[in-house]
Amino acid sequence: MNKKIRVLIAKPGLDGHDRGAKVVARALRDSGMEVIYTGLRQTPEMIAEAALQENVDVVGISILSGAHLTLVPRIMDLMRANGQENVPVFVGGIIPEEDVPALLKAGVKEVYGPGSPTTKVIEDIQRLTNSE
Amino acid sequence: MDRQALQEEIKGNRLKLARLITEVENDTSSGRAALEELYPLTGKAHIIGITGAPGVGKSSLVNQLALAFRHQPHSEEKPSIAIIAIDPSSPFTGGAILGDRLRMRDLSGDPGIFIRSMAARGAIGGLARTTAQVARLMDAAGYSIILIETVGAGQAEVEIASLAHTTIVVDAPGLGDDIQAIKAGILEIADILIVNKADLPGVENTERALQSMLLLANSRQYNSPQHWEVPILRTVANRGDGMLKVLQAVQSHLSYLKNSGEWEKREHLRIRDEVKHLVVQAFIQHVQENVPSADINNAVESLYQRQTSPYKEVQKLLSKVGLQI
Repeated sequence: MNKKIRVLIAKPGLDGHDRGAKVVARALRDSGMEVIYTGLRQTPEMIAEAALQENVDVVGISILSGAHLTLVPRIMDLMRANGQENVPVFVGGIIPEEDVPALLKAGVKEVYGPGSPTTKVIEDIQRLTNSE
Repeated sequence: MDRQALQEEIKGNRLKLARLITEVENDTSSGRAALEELYPLTGKAHIIGITGAPGVGKSSLVNQLALAFRHQPHSEEKPSIAIIAIDPSSPFTGGAILGDRLRMRDLSGDPGIFIRSMAARGAIGGLARTTAQVARLMDAAGYSIILIETVGAGQAEVEIASLAHTTIVVDAPGLGDDIQAIKAGILEIADILIVNKADLPGVENTERALQSMLLLANSRQYNSPQHWEVPILRTVANRGDGMLKVLQAVQSHLSYLKNSGEWEKREHLRIRDEVKHLVVQAFIQHVQENVPSADINNAVESLYQRQTSPYKEVQKLLSKVGLQI
C-alpha cells in the first residue's frame, strides 16, 4: 500500500561530472520515486554496500570516464555475491556503441547514452519493478 | 519462525535485515508480525537523535560521531552502529532525494555500521511515521548505538525527543539572533548543544545566545541535585574537530540517564507516546473506513450553507462509528 520504488543513483570512478546523474535523480524524484544519491567517486564496493543496506529496487550507474567495462561488471559481481542478482541495473553516460553488448551481456538491463529522454528511464524502471 | 531464529537471521544477514526494514517501512503485515515477535528482545540500544536546521552539518556530524564511536582512544570497545537518515518527501509527487549518505562515505566498508536512508513520506514531526519501528528492528539486530538524523528541522519538529534517549541539537553561526534562541521549540529538547562550523565568524555570538537561553530555561532546575547540565560544544564536523568532546558528552549523558533514573522515566514516556500514537492512528483509520464520504460531503455542504455548526456535525459523524462525544 505504501510501497515506493527505491532507486540508487551511483557515480563510480574518477570523473567529476555528476550533472547527468543529478538530472536523472531529480526526474525520478518528480515521478514519485525515492532516490538515494551517493555522490561522486564511489568505489564498486561502496555502491554494492549502499544497494544492500538501502534494499533498493533498481540501481542506476552514471559513468563518463570510459572505465565502464571495468567498473560495471565489478559492481554486478559484488551485488551478486550479496544476493542481489535480481536487482535491475542500468547504466547512463558516455558509452560507445560497441561497448553496449558487453554491458548487456554482463547483466545490465538498459544503457542510456547522451540525449536519452528521462521519461524513457522512468518508464523502464516502472516496467522493470512491476515485473518482479 | 521463532523469536531467536528470526533475531539470528537479521543479525547474521544484512540483506535479510535490509529487506525486513523495507517491510516495516511500508507497514506490511509481515513487517508487523516480525516486530511483534522481536519486541521482547528490544530496548537495549542507546538511541541518539541529531537534529537542527537544514545545512548546519547534521550528516557530517553523524559521520564523525560514528567514526568517533568506532575508533575510541584508549579503548578496545567498538560498538556496532546503525544510522537512520531522514530526508523530506515532495508534498506534490511523494518522491524524495535521499542524499545523507553523501556525507557518510568514511563509514563505508565498516561491517559494524549499517546506514539506512528514509523518506519522511509526508510526516511532519521531523521523522518518518515508521522511524521508531525501524529503530526497534535495528535494536533487535544487535546494534548497540542507533543514530537518527532528522529532516532539516526548524522550530517545532521535536518528535525526535520522544524517540531518542539523547538528543543533540546542532546550530551554526549566522542562523539567527538571541530571540530565535529563546523561542520555544527545538532548542528546548537538547541534551547536548553543538555549534558546528565553529571556524566561521560569529561563533561567539551563537554560543552566547545559546548560553543565555540555557540560563533562562534551567534556573528552575538548579535546586535539584541530579540535573543534567546541557553542554555547548564547538565542532568543525567536516574536519572532525571537537568530536572527542562530543563523544564524551554523549557517553556521560548515557551514564547520567542510567544513574539518575532518568532512563526508566524516558523509556516510560517513550512507550506511552508510542501507544498513544498507535491508538490515534488506529482510530483515524477506523473513522476513515467507517464514515461514508457521502456523509462528510453532506456535512461540508450544510456547514457551507451555515445551517449547522462544526461541532454538531462532528458529533453526528462520530455517532456513525458508535462514538458519543
